[in-house]
Amino acid sequence: MATKENVIRETALTPTAGTRGSMNRAEDSRNSQSTNVGQTERYISAIGGGALALYGLTRGSLGGVALALIGGSLIYRGTTGHCNVYEAMDVNTARGKSGAASVAGNRGIKVEKSVTVNRPAAELYRYWRNFENLPKFMDHLESVRTTGEKRSHWVAKAPAGTTVEWDAEIINEKENELIAWRSLENADVDNAGSVRFQEAPAGRGTEVRVSLEYDPPGGMVGAAIAKLFGEAPDQQIQEDLRRFKQVMEAGERATTEGQASGRSATSGR
Amino acid sequence: MKALCWQGKNKVSVENVPDPKILNSRDAIIKITTAAICGSDLHLYNGYIPTMEKGDIMGHENMGEVVEVGSDVKNLKVGDRVVVPFTISCGHCFFCKKELWSLCDNSNPNAWMAEKLYGYSPSGLFGFSHMMGGYAGGQAEYLRVPFADVGPVKIPDGIPDEKVLFLSDIFPTGYMAAVNCDIQPGDTVAVWGCGPVGQFAIKSAYMLGAEHVIAIDQVPERLEMATRDGKAETLDFADEYIFDKLKEMTGGRGPDSCIDAVGLEAHGTSPDALLDRVKAAAFLATDRPHALRQAINACRKGGTVSIPGVYGAFLDKFPLGAAFNKGLTLKMGQTHMHKFMRPLLARIQNGDIDPSFVITHRMKLDDAPKGYETFKHKEDDCIKIVLKP
Repeated sequence: MATKENVIRETALTPTAGTRGSMNRAEDSRNSQSTNVGQTERYISAIGGGALALYGLTRGSLGGVALALIGGSLIYRGTTGHCNVYEAMDVNTARGKSGAASVAGNRGIKVEKSVTVNRPAAELYRYWRNFENLPKFMDHLESVRTTGEKRSHWVAKAPAGTTVEWDAEIINEKENELIAWRSLENADVDNAGSVRFQEAPAGRGTEVRVSLEYDPPGGMVGAAIAKLFGEAPDQQIQEDLRRFKQVMEAGERATTEGQASGRSATSGR
Repeated sequence: MKALCWQGKNKVSVENVPDPKILNSRDAIIKITTAAICGSDLHLYNGYIPTMEKGDIMGHENMGEVVEVGSDVKNLKVGDRVVVPFTISCGHCFFCKKELWSLCDNSNPNAWMAEKLYGYSPSGLFGFSHMMGGYAGGQAEYLRVPFADVGPVKIPDGIPDEKVLFLSDIFPTGYMAAVNCDIQPGDTVAVWGCGPVGQFAIKSAYMLGAEHVIAIDQVPERLEMATRDGKAETLDFADEYIFDKLKEMTGGRGPDSCIDAVGLEAHGTSPDALLDRVKAAAFLATDRPHALRQAINACRKGGTVSIPGVYGAFLDKFPLGAAFNKGLTLKMGQTHMHKFMRPLLARIQNGDIDPSFVITHRMKLDDAPKGYETFKHKEDDCIKIVLKP
């Protein structure tokens, strides 16, 4: 899932990411045993860890013991504000947010996924460049509205039926090849993304590579807990791309939602 | 509507369930006129295929009458008679364009499950576990057919259902098994398993120019059918000298091609077969490849082993050394249905073959649970059951 290295290469996203990353490392080495987990995330760690530990202990199996251990380490993390994993990964979510837009280097979730679509790059580029199409295959998005030549307003689904919103702008684009965007200041969730379209050899379609970075509410622990409930960002982006391919190639998303089964209520034709 | 639902290992029941609806613009709804129980349905019935859920509607050998079409289905209209391929294919991806229809990229909504086990996902299938898409099957009164603009084949009036129903799976499956053997003049083809797919493999091998077909099974009525309808020579699977006999029958060289139409639940009494049963029971292996081992061992040098039999996960004691050192070609996979259905319909229309010869039992859908038991235990000389809703 989230990779440590900056997934956005070349010109795509935050040009200062590398510099910020090395600054973080310098700071962290000075404060290796100190607080490196943000306040909200500490609460989530403590509560989520408690729940996991309890659940694990009641299961009584080997897996249950493992869950209880993870739960225990989350409680430790919540109460002390120190996370060994973050330390090892050079991550610190305790520092205040900077004024900079989008996701700072070495922070949050970074996912890179690719898919080959059996359509010309120009067609895929055109479809994606109209951001209002994105919710058709990105299931975590509720809507995207174009608000200007390079600007758009995004509404995404959040846990418990709530939504998070942000404005984004295109920061780099090359016709039929590349689109890169990032959220603007005051976003509920800082995020940035890019998509590249590259013709595969010998008429084998177009390789589509997507990079997304975002800083979910609750930081990395939020994502770790989300993962336990099946909403791993990594898998989510993979499924988004699969649906993009289905829409572009087959014209529709394969589904069985709403089909008959012996599990549903009965009624005859 | 009524539908046959999987309820757990060795348990199916006919339930009253909601009618299928059009969910996508390329869907059609078919009123089933005839469906069949496939040998691979027994793998589900016996609990060998993971990701089945209680209440899943079974059945992937289906035909019927179109009663509703989605807005993008232009080639079918209400009232058309169609046979529906058991594989679901979009028609536009890299694999469909290469006629590798059963490897379609876009038809499995649960592709991630198959990817966990296989790395990449094959196409969706009707009524064949959630890992393969979780699509409701057609042992029911109605069936939703996705990508109906590329899958179903129209059947002209005047040809009875029973002559064309098996275009939905077992005839093309047996035929592709023979095609994969790349049969040359003078070739001997040995076929393990004389269930319906084996029977069609035997017929197809002759249709494609085999000189000699040898059929191997242990069920007397299947061997009898292979002799009577298939014109094959037969060997009893329980015979411990199968290798020697095959060698003898081929002048010491071995069969040019071997077809494994048995799959993951091979029966056998040899030590390796018994060990397979123990390992499968203890979950140390999932599949029991006794027939496949024998086929690989018996095949002549440089020959082909073609596998239409279904395998699910992991094999133990797979004789790769024999396959490697004899330079064998192994060909396998779910059938690329759409490639074969129309040419084989033409063969039926020409009178080259009447696939209904495999049918031994005709039942009402209501009696399907009894049919599964009869088929599983090969009672009452059962080889193939067709169902009428």
